[in-house]
Amino acid sequence: MNAIEVRGLRKSYRGQEVVRGIDLEVARGEVFALLGPNGAGKTTTTEILEGHRRRDGGDASVLGADPATGGREWRARIGIVLQDADDAADLSVAEMVRHIAGFYPGPRPAAEVIELVGLTAKSKSRIRSLSGGQRRRLDVALGIVGRPELLFLDEPTTGFDPQARRQFWDLIRELAAEGTTILLTTHYLEEAEALADRLAVLADGRILAEGTPTTLGGGAQTTKVTWRDNGVLKEEQVTDPTELIRKLVATEADLRTLTVTRPTLEDIYLNLIKGDK
Amino acid sequence: MSTATMGFSRGHVEVLMFLRDRTAVIFTFAFPAMLLLLFGTIFGDQYTDAGVSASNVFSASMIAYGILSTAFVTMGAGLAMDREDGTLKRLHGTPITATSYVLGKLILVFALSVAEVILLVGVGALVFDMPLPDASHWLTFTWLFLLSVITCSLLGMAVSGIVKHARTAGAILNVPVVALQFISGVFIYPVTQLPSWLINVAAIFPVKWMAQGFRYVFLPDVMKDQEPAGQWELGRIALVLGAWCVIGLVLCLLTFRWSRDK
Repeated sequence: MNAIEVRGLRKSYRGQEVVRGIDLEVARGEVFALLGPNGAGKTTTTEILEGHRRRDGGDASVLGADPATGGREWRARIGIVLQDADDAADLSVAEMVRHIAGFYPGPRPAAEVIELVGLTAKSKSRIRSLSGGQRRRLDVALGIVGRPELLFLDEPTTGFDPQARRQFWDLIRELAAEGTTILLTTHYLEEAEALADRLAVLADGRILAEGTPTTLGGGAQTTKVTWRDNGVLKEEQVTDPTELIRKLVATEADLRTLTVTRPTLEDIYLNLIKGDK
Repeated sequence: MSTATMGFSRGHVEVLMFLRDRTAVIFTFAFPAMLLLLFGTIFGDQYTDAGVSASNVFSASMIAYGILSTAFVTMGAGLAMDREDGTLKRLHGTPITATSYVLGKLILVFALSVAEVILLVGVGALVFDMPLPDASHWLTFTWLFLLSVITCSLLGMAVSGIVKHARTAGAILNVPVVALQFISGVFIYPVTQLPSWLINVAAIFPVKWMAQGFRYVFLPDVMKDQEPAGQWELGRIALVLGAWCVIGLVLCLLTFRWSRDK
């Protein structure tokens, strides 16, 4: 049984269709990334699966239940990291984590969660006084304090400095290693590449491609080889560069200029988005 | 965790957050007391035939305003704010129930209303020498207070559904508050100065009945002659407030949404 199963998901706002028939499967224990530009429908899709929004069409099953009608027991098994919350400004970090922990049947100890997101030094500070990045780390703490089986992360590292982002990635890997299923949305490609077992590219409310970071969009099939022949730059796209390079060795080509480039996820992603327009 | 326990946990943090927001504390509490001081001082030397000073009448009527501002406005603005800053969204992602959330808000509203009433009765008694009532009047006070707070809270919640942005909540909520104060005779003494059709309009809404009830509690019995009906009408007060309580509850159940979408 998959953690998430979605068939033909649809959602419109005021006649404008923003999710246009999405199919999705996320296995238990998997880290799945939804990648796409702003306005692609990532947040809407996530919010439907979290039970925050109703879908207009299609089927959705999250941990075996319909998210539109998931009750308390179901909510106790999921964790949601909010994207832009601004609540509880006058509570301290520890007070808020303890407060939210109290709603779950088997929460993590508050101090442990605070340590996990690196806010121990800020534990007694008012939430109002946190920086943007610290505030988002608190959101993560509140999302995982109930020991969720499935964690939703909607653009969790927006506004993080590079060091905070790396720490956050380590935290996600730790949670994944414990067996937590994670659905992540991001527009940072390196983030999806670093964390996700599988990912899907979303644009204009549809999934353009789906795969692992190495197979996405047929990425494995096109490797770019460039070299100079008598000073002239040559370029060729091949599936397997071995044969081409063997041929080049036999020729007079200047192999000091040889480059073999597998396309980055970013190239594939930008191509997909461009192709869609 | 049970619905009640979660509700108390919400109530605890609601009160904690309110107390830490000094501006809210000062404005919510001090404003009705300041109005009472002004009205009581301006009209303080006027006496009724029964020898009751106008400032005592204001002290009693103003309790209705105090409850309106702590219950109706705090609830309405609080809910609009919680919808905007992510509080509701956050809670809806956890196993908490809507009942627990509302219970938490009611705990805050009751705590504020009790404190407000103590402040206003204190000002009335200490500054304007309003005599405190006997035990049987306090009994009436208890049900009147409970019914008033619950009715105002539920109506505040219902109205918050039409408030689009938290920053306009205060302005929107104060329109019915101020209008009803005047036509219900909270700022007018004696109430019978108002045109009778206006009194009839006011009689549809709860504020007139709340103020009348608190005048019964804190003023001598002869003062009933100054009421529009010439008597205290306790039964009718209970009936009207009870009816608004039910209307408020139905509106809340119909309009409460964790988010704008559902």
